[in-house]
Amino acid sequence: MPKRDLISIDDLSRADVELLLDTAESFLPVLERDIKKVPTLRGRTIVNLFWEASTRTSSSFDLAAKRLSADTLSLKASGSAVEKGETLKDTAITLSAYSPDIIVMRHPSAGACQTLSANTEASVINAGDGKHQHPTQCLLDLFSMRQNLGRDLDGLKVFIIGDILHSRVARSDIMGFQMLGMEVTLVGPPTLMPRGIEEMGVKVEYDLANLKDADVIYLLRIQKERIKAGANFLPSLREYSQLWGVSQVRLRPGQRVMHPGPINRGVEIASDIADDDENLIAHQVFSGLAVRMAILYRTIVGYSDGAASGEVL
Amino acid sequence: MERTWCKSAPAAEVLVKGGRVVDPEAGVDAVQDILISKGKVADSGKGLKPGKGTTVVDAGGMLVLPGFVDLHTHLRTPGREDEEDIASGSAAAAAGGYVAVFGMANTDPVVDTATVLRGLAETARADAVIPVGFFAAVTRGLAGEQLTEMGELGAAGAVAFSDDGRPLATAALIRRALQYVKVSGRFVAVHAQDDSLFKGGQMHEGPVSARLGLTGIPSLCESLDVSRTLDIAEYEDAAVHVCHVSTAASLAAIERAKSAGVKVTAEVTPHHLTLNDEAIAALDPNLKMNPPLRAESDRKALVAALKSGLVDCVATDHAPHASEEKDVPFEEAPFGTIGLDTAFAVLYEELVKVKAIDLATLVTRMSTAPARLAGLRPPSLAKGAVADLCVIDTKAPWTVTSETLQSRSSNSAWLGRRFETRVRLTVAAGRVAWQDLA
Repeated sequence: MPKRDLISIDDLSRADVELLLDTAESFLPVLERDIKKVPTLRGRTIVNLFWEASTRTSSSFDLAAKRLSADTLSLKASGSAVEKGETLKDTAITLSAYSPDIIVMRHPSAGACQTLSANTEASVINAGDGKHQHPTQCLLDLFSMRQNLGRDLDGLKVFIIGDILHSRVARSDIMGFQMLGMEVTLVGPPTLMPRGIEEMGVKVEYDLANLKDADVIYLLRIQKERIKAGANFLPSLREYSQLWGVSQVRLRPGQRVMHPGPINRGVEIASDIADDDENLIAHQVFSGLAVRMAILYRTIVGYSDGAASGEVL
Repeated sequence: MERTWCKSAPAAEVLVKGGRVVDPEAGVDAVQDILISKGKVADSGKGLKPGKGTTVVDAGGMLVLPGFVDLHTHLRTPGREDEEDIASGSAAAAAGGYVAVFGMANTDPVVDTATVLRGLAETARADAVIPVGFFAAVTRGLAGEQLTEMGELGAAGAVAFSDDGRPLATAALIRRALQYVKVSGRFVAVHAQDDSLFKGGQMHEGPVSARLGLTGIPSLCESLDVSRTLDIAEYEDAAVHVCHVSTAASLAAIERAKSAGVKVTAEVTPHHLTLNDEAIAALDPNLKMNPPLRAESDRKALVAALKSGLVDCVATDHAPHASEEKDVPFEEAPFGTIGLDTAFAVLYEELVKVKAIDLATLVTRMSTAPARLAGLRPPSLAKGAVADLCVIDTKAPWTVTSETLQSRSSNSAWLGRRFETRVRLTVAAGRVAWQDLA
């Protein structure tokens, strides 16, 4: 079986996405047991390579691999040979000496997964590369939606709000949400809206006037660097919060709020929403574990139904 | 005035038999023999007989063309001979059918004094397999502050002046450069780019960069600087050459200037003529160049401009990089693709074969037009001319690999690509510079 990478959401067909979500669902009972571990990937080796800070993604990949009984190796840029100037190609060659089955990588540069993949036999899973893609975030978002809003996501209206220009999450989500039939509207400051993004088949708006139409409101984190003097993406966080921040008064009943985390209270999200049980934010974190277990499992055993999800347990 | 240098070699004695001779300058497009003797075109016509010691090249079904001239090459010498030197760069050019190339000044040290230029001329005289000449910098160290001694550099043989790789950052600097260059009788070639709009750019700004999440380089970044430069050229009545034009908006500015009588000329690269930004999707660092591959609408406008003559010539912007520099993530890779080995194959197969441009026009834009801009005698196949020609087999499959490329570097946008167009023979300045005879 040739190795299979997951670098971009468009590496997956709709059937692949549905299979991954079904597989993740089949892992849920494992996560409710007292002993939350299955022997499925015993003897397999999974390397987590995080060249950028991460809490959620790195911890959930690490735990997902352990829940499946794989051996894991976690490396960060600080304290590694990268600090001594080793190139990604050489890191790939070095790690390949241990014959890992999967290398999960987060990297600040788009294209890093392609460089890694070209220099290793291991399957590469993208845990975020620059502003390019974050496919596993998209899959866990889809999983949370399916668990909370019903299996059929077709026709659902999603508003993605915030810094679209710098968001790998937005790019993966647009593709994944559309793949499952959802309608995507992007809202944000004109300075943070990539020119030409409409060609992905999304609506673009610069204010929240039509927020009432949304079934799901997906908020993106606003980075403090966007208000640095000279950057001129935003005049202030205060103005961002006034124009694009979402609080309860802006919501109508039934609208569900999502956020990839970490959140900025009082900027893109008001505390009254952050603390409300109706939001899906904590569920997204929970989904991360089941979905990443499914991704690791399918990457190793294959995406065919022959490896039916029932056999997993 | 000597503006190119190459090593000595015996004068060619070659009979090229039965090829399709296309010499737009002479209005020739016919199957003919060409006899080269003592390095000159001694005769042309049917049924020519070889003399004693004459190499006979059976060119049946092949093209016999005036050799090409490249006004925009990075020979990386001095300083980065690991990427290219004058021997390897001129060999790549010869293998691509070129009979003269001109290296840009962004070397280490920069070509900003007559001493450096004379040193390069010496090296070319020892190593170059075809005539090679050099641009000198507009500003010392390409620092954008102090003009170079253009008088002395021009007298030492600089073909023209360019800070290529970097724009002339202010209107005042452009103005002074365009004024002072007149002492040399040569021109300034500009790398048009507004740095404030370029900042952090990775690829053309548009739907593809939006989808990929790469910082965009807007077409405005180039066209604004082209417009400003041409306004200054008009005001100063000075000659200016626009390097590697990549956008339709820049073409519009050039068209306005040309019709206003501004002394502007322009070049376009094979990659901008044949590839667009969609090619970036796989994040292959060999497709990262500056200016970036643009939108399909820009590409089509460039082809139309090459056809009409709005753009005067093809130039490769051959930019070798060491494998360790390019074998990194797309966002960390330097800009540039090599192009000398493949330029004609790319343009013949992508433009001439599909009838986007006719062969005679392509030959003019690759040969006589750039030769005139460089101040060289245009390559000609007329009787009595110094032999500057190439013989091209259009049914000879080959694949672009680090082995088949003559360049020392293999960062080609076409790496792995199969072509059927192969240069069988190049005669430059009357000497056989390349042969790949079956």
